[in-house]
Amino acid sequence: MSGASAEPSEQSSLKDPGMGRLLSWVSTVDHKKVGILYICTALVFLGIGGLEALLLRVQLLFPNNTFLSPDLFNQMFTMHGTTMVFLVGMPVLVGFQNYFVPLMIGARDVAFPRLNAMSYWLLPCGGILLYFSFMTGQAPDAGWFSYAPLSTKPYNLMPAQDYWIVGLICLGIGSVAAAINIFVTVLQCRAPGMSLQRVPLFVWMSLMTAILTILALPALNAALAMLMIDRLLGAAFFEPARGGSAVLWQHYFWVFGHPEVYILILPAFGMISEVIPVFSRKPIYGYAFVAGSSAVIVLLSYGVWAHHMFAVGLGMGADMFFAVGTLLIALPTGLKIFNWTATMWGGSIRLTTSMMFAVAFLLEFVIGGLTGVMFAAVPIDWQLTDTYFVVGHFHYVLIGGTVFGLFSATYYWFPKMTGRLLSERLGKWQLWLWVFGLNATFLSQHVLGVMGMPRRVYTYADNPGWMALNAVAGLGAVAMGAGTVVLLFNVGISLRRGERSGDNPWGGFTLEWATSSPPPPENFDVIPRVESRRPVWDLEHPDSPDAKLEQTPADKGWRPDKSLTSVWAFVASEAVFFLLLLVSYVVFNTEQTGEITSASVLDVTRTGFFSIALLGSSFTLWRAEFSLKAGRVAAFRKWLVLTIALGSIFIGGQAIEYYGLISSDVTIDDNLFTATFFTVTGFHGLHVIVGLIALSILLGLAVKQDRNVLSGTVLKAVGVYWHFVDVVWIAVFCIIYLGFLQ
Amino acid sequence: MSQFPVFDPASPQAEAIRDLFVQVLWISGGIFTIVAGLICIALWKFRSSETVPRQDFGSHRKEIAWIVAPVIVVLWIAAISAKLVLTYNAVPNVHPPGQQDADLLVTGHQWWWQIDYAGTDIVSANEIHIPTGKRLRVKISSADVIHSFWVARLARKMDAIPGRDNFIWLQADKPGVYQGRCAEFCGTQHAWMNFRVYAHEPEAYEKWLAREKTVPAAPTDAKALAGRATFLSLTCSQCHAIAGTSADRTIAPDLTHVASRRHLAAGVLSNTPENLRNWLRNPAAFKPGCKMPDFKLTKAQLDELVAYLETLK
Repeated sequence: MSGASAEPSEQSSLKDPGMGRLLSWVSTVDHKKVGILYICTALVFLGIGGLEALLLRVQLLFPNNTFLSPDLFNQMFTMHGTTMVFLVGMPVLVGFQNYFVPLMIGARDVAFPRLNAMSYWLLPCGGILLYFSFMTGQAPDAGWFSYAPLSTKPYNLMPAQDYWIVGLICLGIGSVAAAINIFVTVLQCRAPGMSLQRVPLFVWMSLMTAILTILALPALNAALAMLMIDRLLGAAFFEPARGGSAVLWQHYFWVFGHPEVYILILPAFGMISEVIPVFSRKPIYGYAFVAGSSAVIVLLSYGVWAHHMFAVGLGMGADMFFAVGTLLIALPTGLKIFNWTATMWGGSIRLTTSMMFAVAFLLEFVIGGLTGVMFAAVPIDWQLTDTYFVVGHFHYVLIGGTVFGLFSATYYWFPKMTGRLLSERLGKWQLWLWVFGLNATFLSQHVLGVMGMPRRVYTYADNPGWMALNAVAGLGAVAMGAGTVVLLFNVGISLRRGERSGDNPWGGFTLEWATSSPPPPENFDVIPRVESRRPVWDLEHPDSPDAKLEQTPADKGWRPDKSLTSVWAFVASEAVFFLLLLVSYVVFNTEQTGEITSASVLDVTRTGFFSIALLGSSFTLWRAEFSLKAGRVAAFRKWLVLTIALGSIFIGGQAIEYYGLISSDVTIDDNLFTATFFTVTGFHGLHVIVGLIALSILLGLAVKQDRNVLSGTVLKAVGVYWHFVDVVWIAVFCIIYLGFLQ
Repeated sequence: MSQFPVFDPASPQAEAIRDLFVQVLWISGGIFTIVAGLICIALWKFRSSETVPRQDFGSHRKEIAWIVAPVIVVLWIAAISAKLVLTYNAVPNVHPPGQQDADLLVTGHQWWWQIDYAGTDIVSANEIHIPTGKRLRVKISSADVIHSFWVARLARKMDAIPGRDNFIWLQADKPGVYQGRCAEFCGTQHAWMNFRVYAHEPEAYEKWLAREKTVPAAPTDAKALAGRATFLSLTCSQCHAIAGTSADRTIAPDLTHVASRRHLAAGVLSNTPENLRNWLRNPAAFKPGCKMPDFKLTKAQLDELVAYLETLK
């Protein structure tokens, strides 16, 4: 575990010819390499998104400036927001999680290395799809939350919006897959002795983030699917002129969008919860409170989305409900500030660049948090929402919070990832450039907000004071850009000539510091004993290990099954997706008018018959599992064949139904009943087909006597999915065919 | 025009919001000072030393004690904002029977505002005239995408949403001009979707109302007459309405009293004959992407049209 033992792996990879090295990155399934790929890809997009921000600032330097045309300006802020959230913020955090979660829990890799590589490759794929829109002559320009009906076909004819949708769906799938992977990794791959109450806080925050991602992204995917159906198939979910609802898009978007804020901030909380204790040489103050309050945030974050919609006019009741929810969520967030301060209190604080970024995080994030509380006071929001005040607010949260957390983590973990230290001198340059830039840009924007400047205006009249403040904002943006260049320069020279760091340059507490820097492909030669939250501290202070001072729940050794855990997480995600589709059915079909209604076109008896086939297939699959457990392989295969047959009968029934409807001219673009009907049943049918493919593969493998299949867990996992699809059908049948909830 | 409209309210509604905002700003300032102070003290007092500090894992009792103060603050903010939501700015969705649904109807269009004065035939654009001291019920909706109606000194912001009616109170205590803007991104020309609220003393308002109600007399000047003929023969009348003529479409701003308005094209230009002429010659030069096309009018047509439109006081 000495510094010297780290050399061979680094050296050997250097000897590879260039092509082989490139291939090793492209084909890698090693969580560390995938993590670095995530981080580097995010850096590329950070450059692009940052450039877009600078162009926006240049346009706003003078009143009535014509540097960018109005349309180009609108494209730039749309792409800036979309890029920074989906192509920079989420990937770079997932990258750090990828690299460090397995190391910190003493695992050899993530639970599903190949799924991990797939999740990563969906990132460049989605990014290229999004940016490919430029080739059509125009990038998306409806804003990063693409409010309908501005984003629907009547107001947005260009294909750019379609690229935006497809790109985001692609990224969304990758994010959910990555989150399921992290979720299962934390639950299943922990080293012996590491109970869930002993995981480092970064790992805990990653687990919370994974849960948020799994349950929030499907809301976005549902909204995107509906918008795509509007745009490409002529439905009207979000077109008020044809009966749709403009507000529904906002609800769906922010059901995703607000948890998204916590997806972006919780990992940063985790990062500084590692950094502050190490540089204060003390354990985190109140681990249980920090961890528990994050769980509270996860729960509450699903009940605050409409605070983005106080100006919509939802009514006093809704406004106050979401205001109180938002104020409540400030408590677990604010509490953590006290925990971090108390961690420093009484410690021995070393002000390294990493620690300074963590302290800057505390101060700047508090500002962002307090302005957030202002927006929770509904009447203040009525004045300041959609002005530059809100732009200033969320940039304090996302830069003061997320980005400063990331910089802190970069200086903290770079030695572990490369074996070399970053320059502290350059680091401090970067710190002060960013601190100055952040405050210059976004404090000015707060002032512009109370001066009445709306966000997203491509220009403004020569109002007193506006130009001066926009100039200061532009200067700040340049400073942040320069700070980023300093970071890249720092990384560049440190990779070549940086001081060797050794295994544990900072006196870190957690398991990643117990292996070499950079870690070998399998991470650990020997995994240290874990008897507390700080196993490496225990190793280095054998006289006073943590266990003597603080008892933590011991590890009972139980780990859930990988396949089952992942499939349950996946099913939970899909459940949210279907829930929102069904909600849209109920919303749009409480009163059906016109000729085409559920009563006039649906054959309930016939579909009822086919439904029995589908439900029967759940029974037969259960029998198949039962037979396999009892070791009766032949019976197992018979039941499996029967399951596939029954599922196919159901799909056949659906095909007959669709054929009958379409040939009598009932199509998805007729009215909101047909739109919701085809969307819900269509997505369900797709899920049944995917299930049938999975079952058929299982059958094929079972015939070949594949040991994995015959062991039963894979069948169990597919079974969970299959039963889930059946349960969804029960809901679909009750709501659409039997007219429940109407 | 006030430089800090949010801090310079001119109606009881906006004043109540300002007071709330100022109070919350003070509370936030206090919290920030305490937190930043504690962090600075910690950084100074506990700077790096050789000795290993006492390993303190925390105390539930202290943490619970800490949370008391934030809970009180949060409850207080919830209470004072609830009070405002339920009193000053509460607009019932149903008006008392016997009264009209709204005094003013504001409709957002890409990229201008249509104002209908309930109970009259007056339709105007981008200018709202109101009497002082009267609380008006305003109905806000949209003809196309989502906009947001915002006059910071007078009222809360309210979205204009297609397929949905929203209501706010609009009131001004003192005569004056109040700047309004569209606050929700609504496409290419979101930046130029400004409007102004002109508050008059009640008598002055009645005078304005009387003038606005009268249909402008037909022009007598030959050039202006030719301009009217041009207006009605070209496609102008396919979008614009002018009372007293056959032009009655409501796709674009009503021009019945266009000459008495102070601005053109939702705030882009002040309304002078010269600016009007330039605007007609090529609207996209001032408001790129706007829905009014360039009709390639000849010099003579421009002169005639301007002469006619200037008669519409």
